[in-house]
Amino acid sequence: MTDYAWPDAEHRTLIGKRITRVDSPVKVSGQAKYTYDVHRPGMLYGKVLRCPYAHAKVVSIDTSAAEKMPGVKAVHIVQGPGANIHWAGDDIVAVAAVDEPTAEDAIRAVKVTYQQLPYLVSDAEPPQGAAQEQGPLSMDDIDDMLDNQVPSQQMVSQIQQYGITAKPTEEILKMLKSDGATDAVLDAIRAATVHPGAGTQTKSNYQKAAAQTLGDPDKGFADAEVVSEGVYGIPVITHCCLESHGSISEWTDQDHLFTHISTQNVSGIPGQMAEPLKIPATNIRVHQDHIGGGFGSKFSPDRWGIYTAELSRKAGGKPIRIMLERDSELKVAGARPSAYARVKVGAKKDGTIVAWQSDSWGTGGPGGGGMPPIPYVFTIPNQRKQHTAIRNNIGPARAWRAPNHPQAAVITMCALDDLAAKLNMDPVEFFGKNLDITKPRQDIYREELAIASDLMGWKQKWHPGGQSQSGGMARGVGVSFHTWGGRGHSSDCDLTIHPDGSVDLKLGSQDLGTGTRTCILMVAADTLGIPLDAINLQIGDTNYPPSGGSGGSTTIGGVSSSTRRAAVDARDALFAKVAPALNAQPDQLECVNGTVRIKGDSSKSLSWKEACSKLGAMPLTVRGKNPDRSKPPDLTNSGVGGVQMAEVEVDTETGIVKVKKMVAVQDCGLVVNLKTAESQCYGALIMGISYALFEEKVMDPGTGRMLNADMQFYRLAGLNDIPELVVHMMTGKGYDERGVIGLGEPPVISPGAAISNAVANAIGVRVPFLPLTPDRVLAALGQKAGA
Amino acid sequence: MRAFEYVSPNSRAQAVSLLGAAWGNTEILAGGTDLLALMKDDVITPKRLVNIKEIKDLHGVSSSAQGLRIGALTTLGDLADYADVRAHYPALAEAVMEVASPQIRNMATIGGNLCQRPRCWYFRNGLGLLPKDESGKELVADGENRYHAILGNEGPAKFVSPSTIVPILIAYGSKIRLEGPRGKRELPLEKFFVIPKTESDREHDLRPNEIVTEVVIPPVPDVKAAHYEIRQKEAFDWPLAVAAVALKMNGSNARSARVVMGYVAPVPWASAEAEQALTGQPVNEATGQRAAEAALKNAKPLNHNAYKVQLARVAVKRAILRAASGGAA
Ligand SMILES: Cc1cc2nc3c(=O)[nH]c(=O)nc-3n(C[C@H](O)[C@H](O)[C@H](O)COP(=O)(O)OP(=O)(O)OC[C@H]3O[C@@H](n4cnc5c(N)ncnc54)[C@H](O)[C@@H]3O)c2cc1C
Repeated sequence: MTDYAWPDAEHRTLIGKRITRVDSPVKVSGQAKYTYDVHRPGMLYGKVLRCPYAHAKVVSIDTSAAEKMPGVKAVHIVQGPGANIHWAGDDIVAVAAVDEPTAEDAIRAVKVTYQQLPYLVSDAEPPQGAAQEQGPLSMDDIDDMLDNQVPSQQMVSQIQQYGITAKPTEEILKMLKSDGATDAVLDAIRAATVHPGAGTQTKSNYQKAAAQTLGDPDKGFADAEVVSEGVYGIPVITHCCLESHGSISEWTDQDHLFTHISTQNVSGIPGQMAEPLKIPATNIRVHQDHIGGGFGSKFSPDRWGIYTAELSRKAGGKPIRIMLERDSELKVAGARPSAYARVKVGAKKDGTIVAWQSDSWGTGGPGGGGMPPIPYVFTIPNQRKQHTAIRNNIGPARAWRAPNHPQAAVITMCALDDLAAKLNMDPVEFFGKNLDITKPRQDIYREELAIASDLMGWKQKWHPGGQSQSGGMARGVGVSFHTWGGRGHSSDCDLTIHPDGSVDLKLGSQDLGTGTRTCILMVAADTLGIPLDAINLQIGDTNYPPSGGSGGSTTIGGVSSSTRRAAVDARDALFAKVAPALNAQPDQLECVNGTVRIKGDSSKSLSWKEACSKLGAMPLTVRGKNPDRSKPPDLTNSGVGGVQMAEVEVDTETGIVKVKKMVAVQDCGLVVNLKTAESQCYGALIMGISYALFEEKVMDPGTGRMLNADMQFYRLAGLNDIPELVVHMMTGKGYDERGVIGLGEPPVISPGAAISNAVANAIGVRVPFLPLTPDRVLAALGQKAGA
Repeated sequence: MRAFEYVSPNSRAQAVSLLGAAWGNTEILAGGTDLLALMKDDVITPKRLVNIKEIKDLHGVSSSAQGLRIGALTTLGDLADYADVRAHYPALAEAVMEVASPQIRNMATIGGNLCQRPRCWYFRNGLGLLPKDESGKELVADGENRYHAILGNEGPAKFVSPSTIVPILIAYGSKIRLEGPRGKRELPLEKFFVIPKTESDREHDLRPNEIVTEVVIPPVPDVKAAHYEIRQKEAFDWPLAVAAVALKMNGSNARSARVVMGYVAPVPWASAEAEQALTGQPVNEATGQRAAEAALKNAKPLNHNAYKVQLARVAVKRAILRAASGGAA
């Protein structure tokens, strides 16, 4: 039987090596074309009128003046009179015109009246008395959730949990569907238990879920000899993609759409546009060469992607471009939910953690949101936890690189670090002692913790909290742990070997900026024994076989597996054609160094080109798939562990924190490309330093608007804020044989917690919330002095 | 950005005649690093831009017995490169080098730096210089005021003066020269900055049809000066507090002192209290601390910016100690 397994280390020529990205030259020379760079002949420019209020009802819209303006080609009302608007910056009217200034003038000529409604933009701790919900959901409640862009999964779980007030008619279901309900939501409604009544879902801003327990928390705390209490949290931040969201759409005929879109989900876009545009998904072609950042915010065409196409239809099919303005990008195109918690955690004197209690809260905007997975990584035997989701008007949340995990890491690792401090234990010793409750990854963490400690020089650097100061400068170190899934998604690819020796590889995947192109080529080239540049790889188009969205760190596992299977099948098919010419059986052949030869015998070989000429007139095409049970083994896997450490210096007079060094030790199974894998970790550390020290979506209580929706007030770390970064990838035995596992997300989980712990270690007191700004650091120091 | 008319005069008189007598319709364009951002964000909507970069005699730096004359169009990049600036006003060179990034310093002019508009996020969001909501309620006092003023904030103006170069220029005793339809005038630089009381006021003593022509710094042979900024990010960011100090020494005692803070008030804030606390005293950690406390004695923080009092104190103290130890190298 054909063996699709990954070659072992001695037989890998490219896989596992450090290979420079194949797209670096076009990127650094500016030749790489992003969606933002696409300019189509005859293209029109779209602009969007956005609601200035955080909560309002649209009363009237008058577009007549705009429609009459010379140069205006199409006007589209996105949310008409009667619509409820739940955040400032939501789309109301879109126009397309011959150039940007004309479109802007047209937007200014549209008259909208609103009825302003009360709003909440804070995510401060809920009032003590907030009642626990829930009752069954009415169809209005469900429609409201759709309006609020509550994620489908979350809606399904609420419908399953609380039931509905009345069986809806098919008519109503249709209406929900046209309002954006997914099939999963509709199925959940059909299957839901009916509790007749008015719908007791309160319209309160606070959704308090039932408490969850594990083990016996009361006994756990009674047994604990040391208990530490604290409050920890991490605010709403934005994705801040450097290439904003948007698309250029055109109708190639009455019912065929061609769209260039900035997306993490090339193959998944048509299915989401078909229904609202009322054309079959197969009539929609999507193309994207390069993307300037997504981080979890670019899976859908979005409302603006749909109306870009609608505008184009109204303008006779002409290409229309709508890329979000920077302020809209920050206001409406993605935010990471906040999470805060009051935590109590208890241990035995020897450091064994025995009990956890948390009251957490946070917001994902109008949808509320769920509890992060706390306690994180460490399965503390006795737990009680309760979460209150705050529904407010700050704009919708989206998946942000490792959704919910950075929040969980901050709440858990900071609480545990404070417990270690209270026990007078070195955190490395304390966490090390408790690794048994990180099953099944305890051995990986143990190995990683030792390596990280060495790379950081932890033993020399760690002092009890607040005891490494000189001249007002305090030094400290901190550690954090994280985990992630990362199983490869479904992916199809077509590999063609031509009789002239050229090789095509096509898949509808995308390179999110992680080096996917390079990794695909490495797998194919390693398997076929030819150089990377001998393969013509094409991705980023729905004309190619579908591949999953790049989310959940699923891409590398998916595309490497499908590519491996295709390359093995193509190689074997080629061997079958070449074998007679070498007087051999196909299974005696191998391809190495650009030749096809009898295994181990370089005297009986053909060059790759000669070998391919044996194909005859017709090229050979095979399809590779993932998953594919008919072609074992499973080439991908799930579940990784990582340990990170941070060293900081704090100016205790100004409260300014400088990160001095970071260490990331990461496992991701079989590493395809060591260089791009390390780059993912470097990038994640940089992004982590940025959210640990600077990032925050600042909402104005007085107007309900975001105040820092630009790059001067939305701070991102710059070059000078980035210290020495040390990355170590776990490879070899114990790692390689697990198969390829995703890496994009895990290394961004721990920096916030590790840096917060380092600051606590430096100054001897916890700064409860990120970002660790001077005001907060000074406040914590002041409390310590006052205590 | 809205459409506008663009004119490019090549003399001061021509420029002045092209500028409107009321604010709103015309704006002067120098490097454009601030002006264009304000226009893109629809904060200002001039109908005409008067580009002054073609006016030859607004460029260049020259030294004489009266000191250093800096033409308004001198870029920050060039300013920091002048040998005379580095040799005689090292604290100025240092302050200039800390601005933004090389790209911005290559475009930004000193005139534009003095006239740049506040970085208040309410102002930049189009809510006004003295921000109010539609009902006329003031927004900053109960709003997100973590970066706002801690001094001089009793009136409706709560923003902070944005230039990080102005404090050291004031500490050196600089003057500013202006030219308008009624001729030329000269002011001590600190007098150029005013706290607006109504939305139609500006934060500069500048008429809509006046041009800043130059800045003149007197010779400072016996001055020890220093500049200190507290920035959370190392580059491309706005500081949280700035202090500039110029000391005239008599042995190890201060004969006289100038202490000017930035980013603490709607105008650059010269502290007579700090100056008094230093005069006649030896300059050391203890007197530096005392002067810093005096400088912030009258601070009235808003509900989210009390930490800035501490930061400003530290900036003042560190600037004093730096000046005493020889100033910027
Ligand atoms: C990212 C960034 C970071 C920055 N960091 C700092 C910093 O740390 N410290 C700091 O001090 N500044 C900083 N700046 C501001 C920068 O210094 C100013 O934008 C610049 O100095 C303005 O000069 P300009 O020639 O570009 O002015 P313009 O943008 O052309 O004009 C600015 C304003 O001044 C008016 N004006 C210009 N010249 C004259 C004149 N001769 N007479 C009358 N009015 C005039 C214009 O009409 C306009 O209102 C930063 C800017 C950016 C974008």
